[in-house]
Amino acid sequence: MFLVPDSFVRFFHRMASPPHFYALTERLMPWLSAIFILLTAAGLYGGLYLAPPDYQQGDSYRIIYIHVPSAWMSLFIYTIMAVAGAIGLIWRIKLAEVVAISSAPVGAGFTFVALVTGSLWGKPMWGTWWVWDARLTSELILLFLYLGVIGLYGAIDDKRVASKAVAILALVGVVNIPIIHYSVEWWNTLHQGPTVTKMDKPSIHVSMLIPLLLMALAFKFYYLIAMLQRARVEVLQRERSAQWVRNKFFGTAS
Amino acid sequence: MSVKEFFAMGGYAFYVWTAYGITLAVLAANIMIPVMQRKQWLRRQLSKTKRKEG
Repeated sequence: MFLVPDSFVRFFHRMASPPHFYALTERLMPWLSAIFILLTAAGLYGGLYLAPPDYQQGDSYRIIYIHVPSAWMSLFIYTIMAVAGAIGLIWRIKLAEVVAISSAPVGAGFTFVALVTGSLWGKPMWGTWWVWDARLTSELILLFLYLGVIGLYGAIDDKRVASKAVAILALVGVVNIPIIHYSVEWWNTLHQGPTVTKMDKPSIHVSMLIPLLLMALAFKFYYLIAMLQRARVEVLQRERSAQWVRNKFFGTAS
Repeated sequence: MSVKEFFAMGGYAFYVWTAYGITLAVLAANIMIPVMQRKQWLRRQLSKTKRKEG
């Protein structure tokens, strides 16, 4: 620890302390919401109005502006959940446990959205709502992993113990993340390959790419908002007998 | 482009707007549920404290 300046360590301890976290997230919320709304408005205007129809898929391709960002978020949030879970497991940082479990419902929501919007895009383009191919099946498994995390956490009363169990489950499930990502390259599938993250040059026109990236960024801010709202409830419930909660909400009595 | 044309989505209106509608519903729910939970929890705790003080 002698390499890390003392003031730095103190800063982190203060940031991770529940009362500070609760106050800070309250102050951040209007800013995060404003950025999210602006990005979404710009992304949807660009995606639904300015961008031209696709030369093959017509206007049906416009589902991409929610489908692809949701699918990215489903992987991104799972990774955050697993990393936060590991931090909680190793260093026993309460706030990491809270971030891990608060990410689960948001990630499950995005996974559900990715599956449903994909289905609604697949029906007119592929002629079917669903195929049991690698991409779709591994994404469905991701949904079950999220639901497993939520269910397991709810089933254990001691929330410190529940957090450990959930972290282990989340870490085991990480195997699924590269499988989802590479599934369209490893297996032959109906699902189209990556259009944005290709190494050479994205095979998507810039008028379609910009709104897609705006929506992806908007969803990142949405994740912060939704996850922090969960985390605030979680922190209150865990700290219900702490002095700062009593002082803040119930006067100094009792 | 007219408003009618915009909402018609080149004949894919059902698929496009259902996708956007479901997305909106899921995202809204994931914000509203924790906000309501927090308010409910605070109300319950407050009434407990009042009972104790009698």
